[in-house]
Amino acid sequence: METTKTKEIVINTEPFVVNFGPAHPSTHGVFRMRMTLDGEVIMDMEPVFGYLHRGLEKLAEERTYTSCIPLTDRLDYLAPMSNNLAYCLAVEKLAGIAVPERAEYIRVIIAELQRIASHLCAVGFFLNDCGAFMTPVLYMLRERERILDLFDMVCGQRLTYNYMRVGGVSQDIPEEFIPALKKFLKEMPGWLDEYERLLKDNEILLARAKGVGILPRDLAINIGASGPVLRASGVRWDIRRADPYSIYDRFEFDIPVGTAGDCYDRYRVRVEEMRQSLRILRQAIKDLPRGEVRSEVPHLIRPPIGEAYGHLEGPRGELGFYLVSDGSIAPYRFHVRAPTFINLTALADMMRGWKIADAILIFGSIDICMGEVDR
Amino acid sequence: MAMQMLPPNWPGNFWAHWAIFAVVILVFVLLMVMFFIWLERRAMAVMQARLGPNRAGPFGLFQPAADALKILIKEDIIPARSDKLVHWLAPVVAFVPAVLVFAVVPFWGGALLADLNIGILYVVAISSVTIVGIFMAGWSSNNKYSTLGAMRQVASVVSYEIPVVLSLVGVILLAGSLSMQQIVAAQDIPFILLQPLGFLLFFTGALAEINRAPFDLTEADSELVAGYMTEYSGMKFGLFFLAEYAEALAISAIVTTVFLGGWRGPLLPPWLWFVGKVVIVFFVIVWIRTTVPRLRIDQLMALAWKFLLPLALLNLLITAAEILFWPAVSLWVLIPINFAVMIVLVLLWSRLFKLGWGKVEV
Amino acid sequence: MTLALSGKDIAGKIEKKFPGCVVESAAESLLVKGESLLEIAAYLKNTPGLDFDYLTAVSGVDYLDCFEVVYHLTSLKNNHSLVLKARCYDRANPVLPSVVGLWRTADFQEREIYDLLGISFEGHPNLKRIALWEGFEGHPLRKDFL
Repeated sequence: METTKTKEIVINTEPFVVNFGPAHPSTHGVFRMRMTLDGEVIMDMEPVFGYLHRGLEKLAEERTYTSCIPLTDRLDYLAPMSNNLAYCLAVEKLAGIAVPERAEYIRVIIAELQRIASHLCAVGFFLNDCGAFMTPVLYMLRERERILDLFDMVCGQRLTYNYMRVGGVSQDIPEEFIPALKKFLKEMPGWLDEYERLLKDNEILLARAKGVGILPRDLAINIGASGPVLRASGVRWDIRRADPYSIYDRFEFDIPVGTAGDCYDRYRVRVEEMRQSLRILRQAIKDLPRGEVRSEVPHLIRPPIGEAYGHLEGPRGELGFYLVSDGSIAPYRFHVRAPTFINLTALADMMRGWKIADAILIFGSIDICMGEVDR
Repeated sequence: MAMQMLPPNWPGNFWAHWAIFAVVILVFVLLMVMFFIWLERRAMAVMQARLGPNRAGPFGLFQPAADALKILIKEDIIPARSDKLVHWLAPVVAFVPAVLVFAVVPFWGGALLADLNIGILYVVAISSVTIVGIFMAGWSSNNKYSTLGAMRQVASVVSYEIPVVLSLVGVILLAGSLSMQQIVAAQDIPFILLQPLGFLLFFTGALAEINRAPFDLTEADSELVAGYMTEYSGMKFGLFFLAEYAEALAISAIVTTVFLGGWRGPLLPPWLWFVGKVVIVFFVIVWIRTTVPRLRIDQLMALAWKFLLPLALLNLLITAAEILFWPAVSLWVLIPINFAVMIVLVLLWSRLFKLGWGKVEV
Repeated sequence: MTLALSGKDIAGKIEKKFPGCVVESAAESLLVKGESLLEIAAYLKNTPGLDFDYLTAVSGVDYLDCFEVVYHLTSLKNNHSLVLKARCYDRANPVLPSVVGLWRTADFQEREIYDLLGISFEGHPNLKRIALWEGFEGHPLRKDFL
């Protein structure tokens, strides 16, 4: 007699590979993520770089020290002032050049404004990645516009400033700058409060960002994460405080840190940092001295043979320049420690197991700039 | 007839009526869609601190016409390894049902193509056919973004159809009829007051069905580029775009008819009341779109099955009980009761309910 | 202020543990033998009091007669830093041990050095080109690349 056996039906599903990018609305440039998906769930992710590689490090080897400054503008185009400053710090360290007091203050003011501008972009586009259709980012760009106007006053540029010089800044700030900055400082806290009211306790944002893409503390240190990504994981490490460059040791400010290291914490840390930057700005314009804005520096700088690593706390993390001099007018080696490039190291670990929508969110919360990642 | 529904001198001939209304509906849909596109872009611009289209015509009113012209003369690109026939057919399948819905929507007392006695059932049935077109588009495009987008859409429509239909049943109980005409006639008090919870559930579910924010996962531009439309260009893309707004228009019209008292209202001519209400509903949809971030797919499913469905069942139960036990009670008494029920249930359920479950171990 | 540890002091400690591994020590840097780089790095990372838990940057330099790879180490715990260097003299086939096992920071940076300078890192889990495409000939950051 035949026995009817119930056959167990097994549906075999296969993971499939999707290329997110290089041309994709949310890859913030031309980044490519080769995702292996099981339905919506990410099994694995491999980042692919190099679509914006321009060989800046090689280019710099054939330029004089001063003419490398415009190259640094093209690194992180959302925070060129910080890049200028980091490079100038490295050259000053290499050649032993002093900076006048007023220039130091101007540098701090400009760098902190740049941090606010960059964080506004970061937070805005993070929310855009979260699916809030353009509204937050457009409001934040409105405020960023105010900062760009201020930069425009200072150096006549809105994107690639080329303002910092070795030994100071290219020109003094105009008279109308300080009143305009004061007005900005008066209005900005109100705007920040407005965003906080709208976003901080937004139910959907909490559901989407809390607990998502956790970067544990130990891993964050091990991968060399820096900036808001590191601090959101609970590490109180800010180069402005740990290794004060310029005159940051004269200002009072707090270092906001997160606890969980998730996307929400990274967003919170950025917002709090904007407040701290406003605090520094207020102190800086109070003490701003009169005087020179640039020390006597020869037209062609010939640093002594040697090497120097100058770094600062950029908006996206520790931005460092490793310069080697052979005594000539051009750097022998010009290496950029790009914070976003290194922050991406753990991207795959953060994404595994989450869904496509989360992947975009996690990627957005790291806040990268392809100009800096690929160089 | 107790209620005068037909305006005087209405063309009585069956075929004339049919022909006139076919034209009226098409013109209405196309004009309203163009107006909606303009409205959405302008309203969003105002909400987002920018200007929006303001060059073509007064206040940029001709912008949609200009866009339509541009889209018509665009190259029609068909992906090399796509399923050509299905790819061609998909926009049509998606667009037609969105227009068909208007066959039973009364613009005026008696002014509708067909007063079906199962009107609302027809609406529910027809409006979910669009999804077939969308899945055809996603499948035939031979693109992974498209497929993912289409699958998300199918999943969300299948889930949300249930709470949407269940929340409509409450209205049907109150009106005692499935005919759209009768439902409007029954609304001496707009049903939004009598069925606040039903309205909330229906509106939420409908937003998910027409894939509007915060449920716009299907085209999720920050994730899936454009979802099922990724590989479409030219007029086919235009048809999808049209279908999307036609769906939004259809949902606005259904909400107007079922919950807001349709064409009824004092002073102004009925058709103006109808259009005005439709525009207001659509404006609310736009408002929501500019305000909230997007949900994730598992959260979307959780919302449908764990939040909307139980509440829709409870709403149905309560409405049925009210009708069964207090048939004679004045409807005005039910309004505060129903509002209280809604507030209590929504608050209670949002405490119990947790969105999604997050990470999967791989 | 991050304290830059003197290479000489550290060299003394390392000499005790691994005799003959330090090639040269100066105030600001410490040059070690390529073969023993990994052990020394592990020692620097795990020794209490040194605790170099954070690898800031990895840079490669082509000095024509040799390649030098520079590791900027930082200790977040004690807030001090050290510059560690290693050289390889074989121009045709330069090899150094990979420190990815200790600090994953080195993952992308070693790939970048491999790509642009052509130094192979032994033990790197995924050593392939990062900025340029597969099949690109030569290594552009070498001084003899034209």
